[in-house]
Amino acid sequence: MSFPILSTMILLPVVAAFLTIFLSANAARWTALATTLALFVLGIVLWQAYDIGGPQWQFVEQAPIFGQKFSWALGIDGIALMLIVLSVFLMPICILASWDSVQKRVPEYMAAFLLMEAFMIGVFAAQDMFLFYIFFEAGLIPMYLIIGIWGGADRIKASYKFFLYTLIGSLVMLVAMLWMAREAGTSDIPTLLQYNFPVEAQTWLWFAFFASFAVKMPMWPVHTWLPDAHVQAPTAGSVILAGVLLKMGGYGFIRFSLPMFPEASASLVWVVFGMSMVAVVYTSLVALVQTDMKKLIAYSSVAHMAFVTIGLFAFNRQGIEGALIVMLAHGLVSGALFLCVGVIYDRLHTREIARYGGLANNMPYYALFFLFFTMASVGLPGLANFVGEFLALVGAYEANTWVAAVAATGIILGAAYMLWLYRRVAFGTAAGEDTASMGDITAREWLTLAPIAAATIWMGVYPESFIAPMRNDVTAILARIEHAAPQSDSNLKMGDPKTLAKAHEAAHGEAH
Amino acid sequence: METIKLIVFLPLLAAMIAGLGNRMIGNVAAKAVTTAALFISCALSWPIFLSFLGGHAEAHVVPVLDFIRSGDLNVQWSLRVDTLTAVMLVVVTSVSSLVHLYSWGYMSEDPSQPRFFAYLSLFTFAMLMLVTADSLVQMFFGWEGVGLASYLLIGFWYHKPSANAAAIKAFVVNRVGDFGFSLGIFGVFLVFGTVSIPAILEAAPGYAGSTIGFLGYRIDTITLLCILLFIGAMGKSAQLGLHTWLPDAMEGPTPVSALIHAATMVTAGVFMVCRLSPLFELSETATTLVTYVGAATALFAATVGTTQTDIKRVIAYSTCSQLGYMFFAAGTGAYGAAMFHLFTHAFFKALLFLGAGSVIHAMHHEQDMRYYGGLRKHIPLTFWAMMAGTLAITGVGVAGVFGFAGFYSKDAIIEAAFASGTESGGFAFGVAVFAALLTSFYSWRLMFLTFFGKPRWSQSEHIQHAAHDAHGHDDHAHGHDDHHAHAHDDDGTLGYHPHESPLPMLVPLIVLTVGAIFAGYFFHDAFIGAETGGEFWKGSLAFNEHLMHEMHGVPELVKLSATIVMLIGLAVAWLAYIKDTTIPARFTATFPGIYQFLLNKWYWDELYNLIFVKPSLWLGRFLWKKGDEGTIDRFGPHGAAEVVLQGSRVAARFQSGYLSSYAFVMLLGLVGLATWAMTR
Repeated sequence: MSFPILSTMILLPVVAAFLTIFLSANAARWTALATTLALFVLGIVLWQAYDIGGPQWQFVEQAPIFGQKFSWALGIDGIALMLIVLSVFLMPICILASWDSVQKRVPEYMAAFLLMEAFMIGVFAAQDMFLFYIFFEAGLIPMYLIIGIWGGADRIKASYKFFLYTLIGSLVMLVAMLWMAREAGTSDIPTLLQYNFPVEAQTWLWFAFFASFAVKMPMWPVHTWLPDAHVQAPTAGSVILAGVLLKMGGYGFIRFSLPMFPEASASLVWVVFGMSMVAVVYTSLVALVQTDMKKLIAYSSVAHMAFVTIGLFAFNRQGIEGALIVMLAHGLVSGALFLCVGVIYDRLHTREIARYGGLANNMPYYALFFLFFTMASVGLPGLANFVGEFLALVGAYEANTWVAAVAATGIILGAAYMLWLYRRVAFGTAAGEDTASMGDITAREWLTLAPIAAATIWMGVYPESFIAPMRNDVTAILARIEHAAPQSDSNLKMGDPKTLAKAHEAAHGEAH
Repeated sequence: METIKLIVFLPLLAAMIAGLGNRMIGNVAAKAVTTAALFISCALSWPIFLSFLGGHAEAHVVPVLDFIRSGDLNVQWSLRVDTLTAVMLVVVTSVSSLVHLYSWGYMSEDPSQPRFFAYLSLFTFAMLMLVTADSLVQMFFGWEGVGLASYLLIGFWYHKPSANAAAIKAFVVNRVGDFGFSLGIFGVFLVFGTVSIPAILEAAPGYAGSTIGFLGYRIDTITLLCILLFIGAMGKSAQLGLHTWLPDAMEGPTPVSALIHAATMVTAGVFMVCRLSPLFELSETATTLVTYVGAATALFAATVGTTQTDIKRVIAYSTCSQLGYMFFAAGTGAYGAAMFHLFTHAFFKALLFLGAGSVIHAMHHEQDMRYYGGLRKHIPLTFWAMMAGTLAITGVGVAGVFGFAGFYSKDAIIEAAFASGTESGGFAFGVAVFAALLTSFYSWRLMFLTFFGKPRWSQSEHIQHAAHDAHGHDDHAHGHDDHHAHAHDDDGTLGYHPHESPLPMLVPLIVLTVGAIFAGYFFHDAFIGAETGGEFWKGSLAFNEHLMHEMHGVPELVKLSATIVMLIGLAVAWLAYIKDTTIPARFTATFPGIYQFLLNKWYWDELYNLIFVKPSLWLGRFLWKKGDEGTIDRFGPHGAAEVVLQGSRVAARFQSGYLSSYAFVMLLGLVGLATWAMTR
């Protein structure tokens, strides 16, 4: 076995987290930054070393804990790889974003973030179902602390809501996992991926997993924890919440629900489509009337995540690859939008949209970045979100025209609420003297926003870099689910040959 | 490196330098970089066009980079060059470079010039990507890119609430069109398995007569695709129903109106229909729809144009109306004529807008024609330039001898509509003739109100301020009254002397004047000649030779109709605005209903506000307060919280209380798991 890079990536931040607790505030910041940067480098190494077209599972590690039933089994496919790369990319940015704005109990704060990172990598790298579960649940604890201790005025309520929703969903999932391990005789995910669960059992298993992942996504109507959590979380907390934690739901769907329960997924596709269609329209309309910046972006996240669920359950390649790209793109763009909110929150200490205005005057580069990410968020072609949303909708249209048409209204409403937000923040006139005297972004803030902007352009112009590692894994999933794919409502019927010949003649005649 | 790459990417490079450099590199550097890039692009574009005109160039595609690959979906970044593209290349780069130059003068006092020039160049890049697109997805990229630039430029003066509102409106209304466009692209991919335009057009005839399901209906496949794509074209080209953003877009600086909202971006819809013309030709339903929508828009916009008092809004409605002409030309099968009108219109409409900009510049930002008058003697060059533009748009000319640009293209459209012989074509013909009358009327009304008669400047607040400053009065309130009193003495000028615009503004006017005069005469053979057109277009659009032949055979009266109504419009305008200036007031007093209806633009904005904007906001608030907070939270987490709070006495510290219980539950799970694992 070669160098255990995945174990290293999980254990390194844990060790660093324990270390930082005993350090001074400043030393804790630097330690956290150094650790996250080291992890980012390891992430790049991982990406470079990943063999596209090679075995489905790479960097595999296996250390038995309870024999067949529970082992320290790690390994990644292309999908997990890209999500790990996203996580380690956002993490140093989060540390930088918290550099000055967090002054209370800094060592503990940095430790929480480092633990968070370990658990996130663990979720995506776990090859044992129970190991996955532990990471999946454990990741909530640091986030819960981050919101509950370093959050805003109403943090208690928000962290409570966050906790309640996610806990209830997860408990049902645990029961389902226990049943599955007993049935299949293993908790090894690659083995389970090939196991055909009885069709009658699939339905309840599907719902058990759905309960957990739908909350994580979050899907309507179990989304209400998200706006509150975002509003109360510190900036970096929001970045990680939107950037990575929400992706765990989508990852769960693609890792468990679809390939393990294809028949149930196919027959329950309307549950997913129905909830997603409502989500796009409902949360977009709600976003339109928000007066709190973070709440607005949080609601827009719910709408964007609906594109993920729609794409995943389209049962075709474009849909699934699109959904995966939306997950990555949304991780970048909504993370950056929360950073943008953080920049001005640090200066004025309010999230009230009405307190801003005219920032294009005194913060021109800030206005440029904010515009850039606003445009990315509304799906401007050439930027990351477009590629994902376009593919997801192409896939959705192939599956069902109603779903595509309703979801596509999101591109109208999305433009309305984002531009209206941008207009009130950056254009017009400043709401007050204090607003007008805010300084433009600092070098540190440049360092947080510019890399994300570069990645957003890269993913938008040449998405092949990101799709290529995942292509074979999508093929594998399609192989598992395609036989169950529901009938499309487009159902093209060719015309009768006579009219066809006539049309040919007409086309031919015109050419002369 | 192929020339076409330079043509397309130089403006992008310039935009990035000017936009990111901004205040660091200063005004002059930003302006010089962008303007130079555009002039180079323009200089490289004309040889391409001329080689297609000369018939010794072949259509080709220059690949740039892979874009999206997902299964069968394979999209490339690539630049297509054929006749249709070549026409658009010269239109876009010529008008854009002239507008860049013009802006040196027009925007010389603006504090954020680098930003302005960066936006202009960015727009040009996106527009060039649109016209060189080989796939629908890249076209959509350009489509949205020009939408972004348009949004930024309409809202360029972002301290003005009206400009911000107009910018958002433009983007969102266009998004409604894009909704259709994108569904069209999805449908195209589903049916053809590709988004490459040549591949689609190749395969399309094979799908004639096929049907497809859409939202529970079963529709002819090609018809469905064409209608969905056409909705996109309607948004971008401001056709009736999705037109409401265009007049408001006049909030942007005037050079922007000339470039984006007259000559180039708004014609993208026409370009799209022409590019996909072989597809549209397969569906009679779709072409009929295009004809009716175009004709209705031509009529609607022309009627509204007769009552507007803001000089830019008159020209904006005129643009909207002319776009309607282009669409019904396409709908009746005269794609060559549609493109020809697009081509000539680009020159004379850009000229009219830049001329209007020169007037506005001279009149100290006053845009209301009621406060103009008698400007002929003060700004003669602008006057003659706008005269050329007016002669071009109203279609002045004598068949077989010479005509201004619009004479050739508009008459061709009117004749083709008649010659098509279809019911929709007949309708379009009737509408087109009547709209031509209105066009002539509102165009001459604009000329007469602006340049003829006596000066009426004294009522203009802008001029009052200008005159006031010039006289060096300090007491504002007092000064106002003073000048009102003066106004009656000094023949309505307040002693203000409008000056002709500086050279950078005059040169573009002169160049475009040449275009407005000669563009029709020189190019009509290539664009619409029955024998020569096919040779010129080389299959880049569905050129209907038969229809072009028929056009020449229409009755003499039909041929003369455009000229006749042009003269009537001129006569009426002369009567009402020169001969007896009390006529307009008497008319509005006699028919207040009609006047109000037209003045308020058929009440579209009010209607949309009532049925879309207000309900959306109400619904958003309702779903938030009653849905999320009143239902989901109340019966979900908050309800549960109540139960927990009642049941337990963890009052002191919520967070640690919950955390420990959470950890406890997890521990339980783990213990259960371990027990189960070990006992098996």
